[in-house]
Amino acid sequence: MRAQGLSRSLIRDRSWNLLMDAIVFAALFAVAFAVVTVARYWFSAPVAAVKIELSPTAIPRYAFYSLVRMVIAYLLSLVFAVGYGYFAAYHTRVEGPMLALLDILQSIPVLSFLPGVMLAMVSLFPSRQLGVEFGSIVLIFTGQVWNMAFSFYASLKAIPRELSEASRIYRFGKLQRFLELELPQGTIGLVWNSMVSVAGGWFFLMACEMFVLGKRDFRLPGLGSYLQSAASAGDTGAITWGVVAMIGLVVLLDQLVWRPAIAWSEKFKIEQVESSGAQSSPVLNLLRKSPLLNRLRSGMGTRFVEKVYASAATKSQEEESEPSSFQRAVLALAGIIAVLLILHGVFQGLLMLKGISANDFRITVESAGATFLRVVAALAIASAWTIPVGVAIGFNPRLARVAQPLAQIAASVPATALFPVLLLGLISLGGGLNTGSILLMLLGTQWYILFNVIAGAIAIPSEFREVAQIFHFRQVDRWKTVILPAIFPYLVTGLVTASGGAWNASIVAEYFHFKGQVLSTFGLGAEISSATDAGNFAVLLLSTIVMATLVVSVNRLVWRPLYRRAETRYRLEA
Amino acid sequence: MPEALIEARQVEKFYDQPRDNRIQVIAPLDLAIYPDEILTLLGPSGSGKSTLLRILTGLAQPSAGQVLWHGASVKGPCENVSIVFQSFALFPWLTVQENVAAPLKARGVSPEARSARSLKMLDSVGLDGFENAYPKELSGGMKQRVGFARALVVEPEVLFMDEPFSALDVLTAENLRSELLELWEDKKMPTRAVFIVTHNIEEAVLLGDRVVVLGKNPGRIRTDFHVDLPRPRDRKHPRFNRIVDYIYQVLTKPDREPAPTMTGPASSDMKPQYPMLPHARTGGVAGFLEILADHGGREDVYRLADSLSFEIDDLLPIVEASALLGFVKVSEGDVEITPNGLEFANAPILRQKELFRNAALEHVTLLKQIKRALESKSDHTLPDEFFHDILDEHFSEEETVRQLETAINWGRYAELFDHDAERKRFFIPEEQPVEPQDMEVGTET
Repeated sequence: MRAQGLSRSLIRDRSWNLLMDAIVFAALFAVAFAVVTVARYWFSAPVAAVKIELSPTAIPRYAFYSLVRMVIAYLLSLVFAVGYGYFAAYHTRVEGPMLALLDILQSIPVLSFLPGVMLAMVSLFPSRQLGVEFGSIVLIFTGQVWNMAFSFYASLKAIPRELSEASRIYRFGKLQRFLELELPQGTIGLVWNSMVSVAGGWFFLMACEMFVLGKRDFRLPGLGSYLQSAASAGDTGAITWGVVAMIGLVVLLDQLVWRPAIAWSEKFKIEQVESSGAQSSPVLNLLRKSPLLNRLRSGMGTRFVEKVYASAATKSQEEESEPSSFQRAVLALAGIIAVLLILHGVFQGLLMLKGISANDFRITVESAGATFLRVVAALAIASAWTIPVGVAIGFNPRLARVAQPLAQIAASVPATALFPVLLLGLISLGGGLNTGSILLMLLGTQWYILFNVIAGAIAIPSEFREVAQIFHFRQVDRWKTVILPAIFPYLVTGLVTASGGAWNASIVAEYFHFKGQVLSTFGLGAEISSATDAGNFAVLLLSTIVMATLVVSVNRLVWRPLYRRAETRYRLEA
Repeated sequence: MPEALIEARQVEKFYDQPRDNRIQVIAPLDLAIYPDEILTLLGPSGSGKSTLLRILTGLAQPSAGQVLWHGASVKGPCENVSIVFQSFALFPWLTVQENVAAPLKARGVSPEARSARSLKMLDSVGLDGFENAYPKELSGGMKQRVGFARALVVEPEVLFMDEPFSALDVLTAENLRSELLELWEDKKMPTRAVFIVTHNIEEAVLLGDRVVVLGKNPGRIRTDFHVDLPRPRDRKHPRFNRIVDYIYQVLTKPDREPAPTMTGPASSDMKPQYPMLPHARTGGVAGFLEILADHGGREDVYRLADSLSFEIDDLLPIVEASALLGFVKVSEGDVEITPNGLEFANAPILRQKELFRNAALEHVTLLKQIKRALESKSDHTLPDEFFHDILDEHFSEEETVRQLETAINWGRYAELFDHDAERKRFFIPEEQPVEPQDMEVGTET
């Protein structure tokens, strides 16, 4: 009996593995085919304005193109983030400036770079479709790389001292240190930040697949342009198909990529004992069983790595060698050139700004005020509903188990994909874009607050709630003395992310091409978008600077003090 | 005398401060590790024993002086030493075997030889069968066995151990200690010398062929002697107890240099140190005095620590604090309660606070200074930085913070002043008469 049961499970195991191998093999084949297709299309002559077909049968192809852009942009981001974080962590002299740069780049509205980047890329590859494609990829890259870089930097800085000493006393070379200490240490942070980044990437991808720049109409075949065209044409059927495809893609990525990645990254947790609530993913379990993958993993890389180790070991390990005078001269020269370039850029920018009339200045400042009010309103509305709902979900574990993954998916559906649909509804209700844009901002940002409130409410120790019950706290006191202070740090985190998102969303929410006409309202985002449309680079530069300054100063003056307060006074300590 | 394997000559560690001040962590000292000995380095926290270990291994550079490895000066980590860490320092993402093989990989050993050697090492520490486990699946004792295996697999000439047993429970620690001795006695490890840092006196005497005791503030060698008891050593042996007692005497007598076998230079040329607050909580002091009073007012520190199952690191600050406040006297390893201390031990809470306040104002420089400074201001409040700056001249950044934390704890208990953590200010609270209606808390039903 037992033996039979065993052998049976063996058969099932084996056949599963064969099936897995077949799937893996098919996937490899498909990837090879896809690469060829994409390459053929990219290296074709540029098409002025791609005609977007609205038939549902075209959707898979468009989804595929969008996905390829995302994947390439993400891989670029990953490599850059690791490099940047590594360099910043180990070069004390440039560490400070590099971090400040990260902080500012994180706050700059990516979408206002769109015209500049696109024009540069198109002129770089004038005779190939590659230019526009590359432009969109660079934009997505700039939208998602910074938090990943920061996360890797922070992980390197948080390497436990004794682990680092162990790697030194046992004479690890640079490669071994990277592969066995630094990269594993950074993995968890990178996985979580990748998730957030890719969600943000979809947001920008949807916006930059189809836009007008001066007289030129740029269109890339993809899901974003499909949705925009469908909305412009008022084709409800096509819109529905498009939205379903988008959500399907997000859910599929979540299940096939992120869940397995998170479950896999659990092994890099630095903890003394095994935790009970470990994540699991059926897809990961299947992949682990594939003998083909296992063989690939142990076969290819290792032989090369072994060679490197062996050669590193024969060289007597010298301590951080002092840079030679030649190297130092090269570094100094590079520094001087960088400073000169920056000065030149500032000078040129100022020259450009000189051409702006006083009236334009006034309008820009006023529109900044209008957008600021909208952002505040969006945050207020979002907080008003997410705090009570989030707390209710957090206090009810059964509800949380259902609601949390749903909220995560809702958050990763890019708001820009839904804008056209919402606009259609708004217009049919007779509303203008003035209040409508607040709604659009909400769409993209409220989820961040909701998540964090749920997480905060879950983290409230049940003793706190029991105290409130035993002493018969009134509802007001319960919120004032227990719930709000306990979720405060989480709430601040959510609000920071949401406010950044709202500013960025204003660029697409306040100005819209729709059914051949332009819908817009007074605001800084509209200012940026209309300057893009008109090819008015002076106003574009000015309004971008104003927005970046606003975002950075709000971060410094409002969020940072609140963060500090959250960390000192409202932290729940064990 | 055989040739030393590793030798420190006049090494010291200090942090330069502005205005000609330097914070001396380790005073210049000489220390050599000879073949065929287990050297145990003992010292209270803050004596720089872990720093000294890192200097000897080449992980850290001394501020002055030099470290010689077989007579040649060392820059960077020594060629052939290993460290067993207090926190194990295993890579959580590598399996047990991968952890043990990692140092071999760094030395360019081929995969086959790596696997064979690490398996053999795991066998000898009793971990066969656990090769494919991840560290987090193991108990603390087994993790430290992996730590041993990783350290020994490279056949180090000197094995360094940084408080290797202090993260383990008593039984596991005892078990691992005897296994270490077994490996050493039976020459099952190729190691020529072992250097163990510990804060556990019995452990030092149990393991060491030679014991070096460090004093603190700044770290310096107080005594350095050979233990000529045969192994296995018996804790109940009278000579064992005499040695332990002697070490306690050395440790509880911070001011007097002990007589026997001094090697380090006396620190007579040091400038007078700013009196340092021992990091003891007021509750600990009160509890200690009450227990001491129960023991008849006089007790051997060693026996007291034993009966409370305290490590010296836990008990010494409390003893020091009580002595500083004039509540106890320490002599020859004994503590004796003073009349003030006895009154304190038997007083009700409010009276205890009063006694503490008087003692603090009389004996504790920092508290006196804080109170006087606050009183001299019309609004009775001063920012943290003010006191930070005063202490910065005498202590490291980290120690300054700890000094202020302790001062706040004591100051609050003595009701001398209060502190606002959010605004980062010290202040003297306004006198608030307690009104009777405030006392009704909890009467509501």
